[in-house]
Amino acid sequence: MELKTKINATEGKQEIVITREFELPLELLFKAYVEPEIVEQWMGTKVLKLENKKHGSWQFETLDPKGNKHGFNGVIHEFIPNEKITRTFEMESAPFGPQLEFLEFEKLSDDTSKLTMHVVYRSLAIRDQILQLPFAQGINMAHNRLQEIVNKLK
Amino acid sequence: MNLRRNVFQAIADPTRRAILVLVASQSMTAGAIAANFDTARPTVSKHLQILTECELLKQEQNGREMYYHLNPIKMKEIADFIEPFRKMWDDRFNKLESIMKKYKSKE
Repeated sequence: MELKTKINATEGKQEIVITREFELPLELLFKAYVEPEIVEQWMGTKVLKLENKKHGSWQFETLDPKGNKHGFNGVIHEFIPNEKITRTFEMESAPFGPQLEFLEFEKLSDDTSKLTMHVVYRSLAIRDQILQLPFAQGINMAHNRLQEIVNKLK
Repeated sequence: MNLRRNVFQAIADPTRRAILVLVASQSMTAGAIAANFDTARPTVSKHLQILTECELLKQEQNGREMYYHLNPIKMKEIADFIEPFRKMWDDRFNKLESIMKKYKSKE
């Protein structure tokens, strides 16, 4: 089966490309990136600010399972409806610094569309660390679950 | 788990990554690999030793020469490291898709 979401992380380059084809018309796909209440739903975050325009900025806040707040923010460099968003993205609770994101929205047919997300990191080391985050979290979660089970046995 | 972490430590170093890229296209001797770097030969040997220990590289005797080549199975494991990251985005996009499909039918 072909994967819907693809990650291209070329060896030795401080960038990645995420691509995804949607069974959605282009306008609906773009709307999911623009309307705060829709962004909140699929990103699982609170949208504090989202100024969809050149020189605009955005700010999200997410609660982790332990109830800790995590902030995310950035500025918008380019905003062309149904076509392109260029922005920065920064995790406030991590030492990675901002990353540059080029989002391109493409119409494939009347009912399908494609998103290409090109992300550039400050260094290769930071890219690799960020790529490993969900993997590391997965291990931590498995470890925590194991710990919980062990605690119950005591 | 320890072994897996070693694989990642192995590719965290830029010289070792460069070595992997080099031998990806063809098997090479330690001398031929070292010729591509300004680093001292013993340093390159140390890198080769680490890459071999975590099985990213395999050694093969050919006549009097020892050749290094990539171990594709182990390289696949590195690709798997990215899988949770891909899965995270795939889950988000699946959610986006289902939310917008409902949104469409509401319009």
